[in-house]
Amino acid sequence: MTDCAIRTAGLTREFGTLRAVDGVSLEVPAGAIFGFLGPNGSGKTTTIRLLLGLLEPTRGSASVLGHDTRTDAGAIRERCGALLEHSGLYERMTAEDNLEFYARVWHLPQAARRERVRDLLTGLGLWDRRHELVGQWSRGMKQKLAVARALLHHPDLLFLDEPTAGLDPIAAAALRDDLTGLARREGVTVFLTTHNLAEAEKLCDQVAVIRSGRLVAIGRPDELRARARRDRMEVTGRGLDERIAALVAADPAVEATEVADGRLTLRLRDGHDTSPIVSLLVREGVAIDEVRKGGADLEEAFLALVGSEGPDQ
Amino acid sequence: MLTDVLTIAWKDLREVLLQSGTLRRSLRGLLFSFLVFGVFLPLQIGPDLVREPAAILPFAWVPLLLASGMVADGIAGERERHTLETLLASRLSDRAILIGKVLAAIAYGWGFMVVSAALGLVVVNLANSGEGLLLYSPTALVLLGVFGLLGAGLVATGGSLVALRSPTVRQAAQNMNLAIFAVVLVPVLVLQVLPVDVRREIGRTLVNLDWPMIASGLAIALLLADLLLLAAALARFQRTKLILE
Repeated sequence: MTDCAIRTAGLTREFGTLRAVDGVSLEVPAGAIFGFLGPNGSGKTTTIRLLLGLLEPTRGSASVLGHDTRTDAGAIRERCGALLEHSGLYERMTAEDNLEFYARVWHLPQAARRERVRDLLTGLGLWDRRHELVGQWSRGMKQKLAVARALLHHPDLLFLDEPTAGLDPIAAAALRDDLTGLARREGVTVFLTTHNLAEAEKLCDQVAVIRSGRLVAIGRPDELRARARRDRMEVTGRGLDERIAALVAADPAVEATEVADGRLTLRLRDGHDTSPIVSLLVREGVAIDEVRKGGADLEEAFLALVGSEGPDQ
Repeated sequence: MLTDVLTIAWKDLREVLLQSGTLRRSLRGLLFSFLVFGVFLPLQIGPDLVREPAAILPFAWVPLLLASGMVADGIAGERERHTLETLLASRLSDRAILIGKVLAAIAYGWGFMVVSAALGLVVVNLANSGEGLLLYSPTALVLLGVFGLLGAGLVATGGSLVALRSPTVRQAAQNMNLAIFAVVLVPVLVLQVLPVDVRREIGRTLVNLDWPMIASGLAIALLLADLLLLAAALARFQRTKLILE
């Protein structure tokens, strides 16, 4: 396998006047769990479809496992597994038949087929329920089965499109644990889209943030978090009002201010000392309860990167 | 390619036959149809079922209706139930997926017809045990074998085109049934409104026709129609188009 599982250069896809993916350039190292973060409608699913060769790019190029998505999509799909937006399971068939079908699709020999199905179902705690119709299962169980199906043929690269969407927190956590375990054990590269920041932070070695089809950041989760830590400061206490916010906004370290519910939130410029801000607040008679600079999570970084004006169209 | 086609056909048949969970439960569901076509109808027709080749015609409805339902479910149904995209993201070629689905529809419709006809033969023999062993005439076997198969093929290939343009299974099935009824019922209705003299004249002409020649020509025409419709469906069944829909 090449060192880079996925490499895109200026990848663009337009639907009429809508640019769903806009000049995305990224590299996903082989063996990594890569998170593709973005709000609903930001272009995550279209990117997966482009990478699997299910859609052709309008401009730019993408290479997956060394194969060009325009000219060699068949070879890409041969070596990839996918859990797309919908689980894609046949609900009128049993769990075992679902896997049996896809094992035949991937030309697994009969003996290997049975062993692989048993291994995966046992590993996910579904073996005892293999004869049940999938339509009778909970969404969490279906997603587990869909993950098993995607891993059936030992793919080199696994695409997971919002795998925990719609699951309750317990089922989502269980699936995340299973996913991490399986991905590490199978040594597969994972390209995972999500809008769940905590999920990305727990699962991913690297994340990219997409907004309105454009890539706005890429790096390790801790790098993005560190960026947020540098950029934000939060003060809680009595006496915080618009007048104080205006005074603080004049400080060269401050880029923007916001006051709400007795809390002053500051967006800071890089490299400036913030201690004069605290002195200013004390001088102006603010009774400070807490000053928090840092401790931000990936969600703050994400919101700072994509803005908070709601989902994209 | 052949393995992939058979895999798709295996899945589609299994999905329909075992949708109730087990083969026994699913067969119970099919039992009513077998009772109508394999028992009730042959008892009504009696020994004429094997003596008159035209008596076999009621069986011709079976593959048409079953194949149309199967292909509607296999194509529009996969899209409606959101399983098609995952299938398209697999290693299977567009061609293998579509041909597999058409093959499953033909096998289902034609297979049901053959089983019904065989069951009918057993029932007629049991009910008329004093008349010796009753067997279908070669003409009836040709009607069943060749025209049943080609008819199922016509419905499956044409149906796949209809299903590709239908957003839901229900709409696909409605459109197909409408087309089948139009093709079969319109000539019958037209005959009904014609004056008696004209109908008699048509009857006399039909009796004097060279039927083996006409049957051969009809079989070739059906085969060509099957292949043309399959080619049209293959041109329409393309990943990029299907994903955009």
